[in-house]
Amino acid sequence: MTEHAIVVENLTKRFGKGEQAVLAVDNLSLQVRAGEVFGLLGPNGAGKTTTIRMLSALIAPTSGRAVVAGHEIGKEDMDVRRKVGILTETPGMYDQLSAERNLAFFAALYDVADIPGQVEKYLRMLGLWARRGDEVGEFSKGMRQKLAIARALLHEPPVLYLDEPTSGLDPEAARLVREFIAELRQQGRTIIMCTHNLDEADRLCDRVGVFKARLLALDTPANLRGQLFGRMVVFHLAQAEPRLAEAVSGFDFVQKAELIDQKLVVTLDDPEAHNPAIIRRLVEAGAELRFVGEVRRSLEDVYLHLMDKEEGNHG
Amino acid sequence: MDKVWVMVRKEWAEVFKNRFVFFSVAFMPLLFIAIPLGVLYSMRGASPEQALGLSEIPPEFMALCGDLAGADCAQFFLVSQFLMLFLLMPVIIPVTIASYSIVGEKRTRTLEPLLAAPISTLQLLAGKALGAALPAVFVTWGAYIVFVIGAVWITGSSVIAAQLLKPLWLLAIAVVGPLLSVAAVSLAVMVSSRVNDPRVAEQISALVMLPVLGLFMGQTFGLIQVDQSVVVWLALVLVLVDAALLTLAIQLFQRETILTRWK
Repeated sequence: MTEHAIVVENLTKRFGKGEQAVLAVDNLSLQVRAGEVFGLLGPNGAGKTTTIRMLSALIAPTSGRAVVAGHEIGKEDMDVRRKVGILTETPGMYDQLSAERNLAFFAALYDVADIPGQVEKYLRMLGLWARRGDEVGEFSKGMRQKLAIARALLHEPPVLYLDEPTSGLDPEAARLVREFIAELRQQGRTIIMCTHNLDEADRLCDRVGVFKARLLALDTPANLRGQLFGRMVVFHLAQAEPRLAEAVSGFDFVQKAELIDQKLVVTLDDPEAHNPAIIRRLVEAGAELRFVGEVRRSLEDVYLHLMDKEEGNHG
Repeated sequence: MDKVWVMVRKEWAEVFKNRFVFFSVAFMPLLFIAIPLGVLYSMRGASPEQALGLSEIPPEFMALCGDLAGADCAQFFLVSQFLMLFLLMPVIIPVTIASYSIVGEKRTRTLEPLLAAPISTLQLLAGKALGAALPAVFVTWGAYIVFVIGAVWITGSSVIAAQLLKPLWLLAIAVVGPLLSVAAVSLAVMVSSRVNDPRVAEQISALVMLPVLGLFMGQTFGLIQVDQSVVVWLALVLVLVDAALLTLAIQLFQRETILTRWK
């Protein structure tokens, strides 16, 4: 496999024609490294599922090009399908067949050599072996989701698409799925994950793309936070005085310093390098420091900021 | 071909767990065998004049009787009225199966993972079609064999058996029946792509029964006589109809269309 498991160039998808046409994906370009967990974040209707479907060779792009696991979509669709595993938004299992029969059917479609072995491996791995003979219609949502994950992995695909992998799961089941995704990353699989759970994306994804028909931002969660909000350090003081903020503002590297309650909040690029200088100056100015910590902006803040900006651009 | 059979086996495992489908496939042949055999049984020992007025046998049918004497000709006439029943079976059964199997994929949302698998549209469609058509064809053939044995046993006449094994019946059961099944499945596939309720799909697809019912009624009222040439023409027309319906069904059964329109 090449260094990039997925290469997307100017991928565009329009549904319909003429004035009725809907632009679902607009000129998307990105590369996903082999072994990377990549999060695709965006509101409902942003085109995430359409993108996944194009990258699974399920639907054809209107224009642009994409290479998945070394195979170009539109030209080597069967090869693409063999190399990817997909967890669809809804698990989609045959309710009247047993868990084992469901998996065996898909394993046969994917030409899995050792069907009983692979089925047993993933049923055991996801804790469903004891229920293998039960009809899937009797399964809880969490069990069905786990079964759908097992189905996506039966043929050991190097590339995995997970569309809302923990949607609707109880916290325990969601944690199990997240741990499983982390384990898959350890195995070196490339994963594209669509999720509305931004905390989950923050924890699991190496990089995220914020998407609304077009790519609004693309980087690691930490870099996105830094780019949009800078880094903020909070100094808890015994007594907050305006002169302390003024003293710190004198540094070139400080972008902003403000007092909030008994705290001094300083925005700067590189806290690790500059915190000692700030602390020294505060102590010299007579401040009594009680605690120093970083204000961590969540990925949700990043996401909402980008979406507001996007709406502002179009509104 | 392996993947087609993988599909067929999955279809059978799934569809026959549906009680309504299983009931349709099992009950209909029993009914369609019981009706003609019941009629034959009730007329056992009656003279042709008692069984039905000779004037009720159309003159055109007399030619089909060949060397059969009056009583045998009357019985053969009665039995022949039921030929069309055996052509309804390969229409109704696959429509029931295909409607439930395809709409079922929509309902359980299994279409997307299925279409994401490395199986061609043709393999998928062939698996669905064979899964619906084969049970109908085999059940029709089985019902026909039981009917022939039953008719001989009830009438005690090997002459009837000889008539029932003539090319007219064999062509109808062995060729026209499967061709009707293909037409029914193709229509069911097309209709299923536009509706979400299997019962609606089934009812609309059952329209393919109308020509067969028309022949049945026409024959019953003496308007037409279904002889060998009618069956041959029917087979030829069905070949063309099947080709057209199959082409259309395959064209409609595109992955993107299915994913974006099958809701």
